[in-house]
Amino acid sequence: MTEIAVTVNGRLYREAVEDRLLLSDFLRGRLGLTGTHVGCEHGVCGACTVRFDGVAARSCLLFAVQADGAEIVTVEGLARNGALTPLQEAFRSHHALQCGFCTPGILIAADELLSRGGPTSREEIVDLLSGHLCRCTGYTPIVDAIAEVAGA
Amino acid sequence: MKPAPFRYVRAETTDEAVDALTREGDDAKVLAGGQSLVPALNMRLVRPGVLVDVNRVGELSGVARENGSLAVGATVRQADARLLAHPLLAEALPHVGHVVTRNRGTVCGSVAHADPAAELPLCLVLLGGTVRARGRGGTREISASDFFVSHFTTALEPGELVVETTWPLAQDDTGTGFCEVAQRRGDYALCMAGALARGEELRVAVGSVVDRPTLLDVDPERPGESAAAQVEPWGTVHASAAYLRHLVRVVVDRAVAQARTRAST
Repeated sequence: MTEIAVTVNGRLYREAVEDRLLLSDFLRGRLGLTGTHVGCEHGVCGACTVRFDGVAARSCLLFAVQADGAEIVTVEGLARNGALTPLQEAFRSHHALQCGFCTPGILIAADELLSRGGPTSREEIVDLLSGHLCRCTGYTPIVDAIAEVAGA
Repeated sequence: MKPAPFRYVRAETTDEAVDALTREGDDAKVLAGGQSLVPALNMRLVRPGVLVDVNRVGELSGVARENGSLAVGATVRQADARLLAHPLLAEALPHVGHVVTRNRGTVCGSVAHADPAAELPLCLVLLGGTVRARGRGGTREISASDFFVSHFTTALEPGELVVETTWPLAQDDTGTGFCEVAQRRGDYALCMAGALARGEELRVAVGSVVDRPTLLDVDPERPGESAAAQVEPWGTVHASAAYLRHLVRVVVDRAVAQARTRAST
């Protein structure tokens, strides 16, 4: 077991973790933050995407021990005081989700891209979404939602 | 899918990493971006006893111009904007995985992993780049053509760490091109080719349909056709051998056309 100190959605946690514990399992099982979804567990589906020191990353491809000293934001950390972000509102108004399994990962990845000044085109949004599997929507409403917020 | 137990060692310096790798020998794996290694751990395709994490080794994070090459340190991510100074990397990197995996995946890790269907090893071979590996005995340079041995097999010795890869920058009168066909965006390529053109000189490398990125000696008049005659693709459930041979012709011709256009403008 290794002792780690990690900040998740602004709150500091100190936990002892087994070296092989995936960050996705740490967030869900240990911290109870079940908004981070676990789909494929090998980096393909994108459902487990979180911000790791600001950068969008697959939490199933990181170990909790690697997060020692890091700052993590999960989908629970997007809305402030119960108020949805403009991106979340756009997902609602465009019906950009149905079952919601892929949604947390897409929100995080799109939120990161928006925070870096992108995306500047629908093409860029489509490229981003190639790393996120959605089986309900056909993607078009997701592209519309992100494009509305990005002004793309 | 959860990885089998392993011991995690975080290195803070290159020396610490090399010491740990030397101490553990074959039982250790280097953890950098983890975008190929961790899926393999999760599926228990590999079960190393020790992971040596180099992500916090600050001295490995550099990108520098050096003797006409771009020298890229071991922890430089595929999404790093500094890599766009290299025209061939700028062309090939968008094909490497997805936006989010490139945030984490490293250039040197992709080279060290040596997947024959990965874009970066192909580019390194085409450019005639090098791999700098550090072991207990010191640092050695391995040319790209010697580095890749076969599927997921390189010339690295146990205990050696890839500390840097160098990517020759083409001169102004040289053009490079890259083309691949994949089933979905971000997938490994079914077939891919890179080309470098300068005056009458033409260099072509192919990947995916060979056991390692391979330079071919092509007929400059019929590059695609002559490349297709030199490879023996093995068919899979996704693509027959005949289709893959057809793809070799197509991607080589497209990469060559792109390289020649860029060389002449």
